[in-house]
Amino acid sequence: MEDTIPDKKINIKGLVCPYTFVKAKLAIESMEIGQVLEILLDYEEASRSIPKSMEDHGQKVLKVEKVSDTDWVLQIRKDKD
Amino acid sequence: MDFTDDQLMRYSRHIILPEVGGKGQAKIAKAKVFIIGAGGLGCPVGYYLTAAGVGTIALIDNDTVEMSNLQRQIAHSVQTIGMPKVESAKRTFEALNPDVNVVAIQKRISKDDIIDLIRDYDIVVDGSDNFPTRYLVNDACFMARKPLVTGAILRFEGQVTTILPGDGPCYRCLFEEPPPPGLVPSCQEAGVLGVLPGVIGGLQATEVLKLILGKGEVLKGELLMYNALKTTFRKVRVPKNPSCPLCGAKPTITELIDYNEGYCAM
Repeated sequence: MEDTIPDKKINIKGLVCPYTFVKAKLAIESMEIGQVLEILLDYEEASRSIPKSMEDHGQKVLKVEKVSDTDWVLQIRKDKD
Repeated sequence: MDFTDDQLMRYSRHIILPEVGGKGQAKIAKAKVFIIGAGGLGCPVGYYLTAAGVGTIALIDNDTVEMSNLQRQIAHSVQTIGMPKVESAKRTFEALNPDVNVVAIQKRISKDDIIDLIRDYDIVVDGSDNFPTRYLVNDACFMARKPLVTGAILRFEGQVTTILPGDGPCYRCLFEEPPPPGLVPSCQEAGVLGVLPGVIGGLQATEVLKLILGKGEVLKGELLMYNALKTTFRKVRVPKNPSCPLCGAKPTITELIDYNEGYCAM
């Protein structure tokens, strides 16, 4: 898949559930439909739970990538208000 | 609305709900709710709405805290016996959530001031314990066009309904007039299971939050009846009465009425 340039990036390293998803959700809420959010995180469980919750909320998960020993990068496209 | 870190943590379980989110929580923070009575129902309603982060909560009640209240009125305590109930509840609610502005009004609501008192509020909750107040609140909310979430409890049974201005029936469509005082149980007969107002007040607080959020379905045109002994919930449809003396086509009640007392205030 070709790289998508995110419209907004958030760094939630150091946060654990449920605050990881709270931050991600508030960021998505503040964006327009079609825009892409990039999330940098280091809480492993959130690398699975955020994509799942985002899909449950009607958003599109574009990328889930482990970028280092500790960090993940997610890209979520806002499909639903 | 920008949340502080404390608020993000406090409201996180709301914010992650699709039906609430940051936008819904901001609506809750802006909402102003007026609660009639700081007793069995007013305590849990105010307590949960405080926890939920409702921006302004007014409480009106004329009574002081007594030992016999503590079996069910969960905002009060042995430390606040003798204190006005509204002050006691304000202390409890402010200790739970400093975001909330609690307005304590120690007086008995009357036909002369109710419209002015509720004017600046979005939603009214009736947790009163007597028929004159119940009818006064219904009539005032109709005239002031305020949504009303009304609850009642006795012994092991409780009921809840939500009355929307100009949309569906009012309380008088259901029961046109207050019952004569002789038909109302006397003080000695008027027991109540202490947890019952928690169930009914919890339902009222839920209705309030749905009204604020604009989500789900409220008990409009329906009376929900709970029987604690049988553990049954029953919904009864309440049609609008076209000849209702208050909200019907030819209303006969056009000003507020203070019904004579003679009821037991429990």
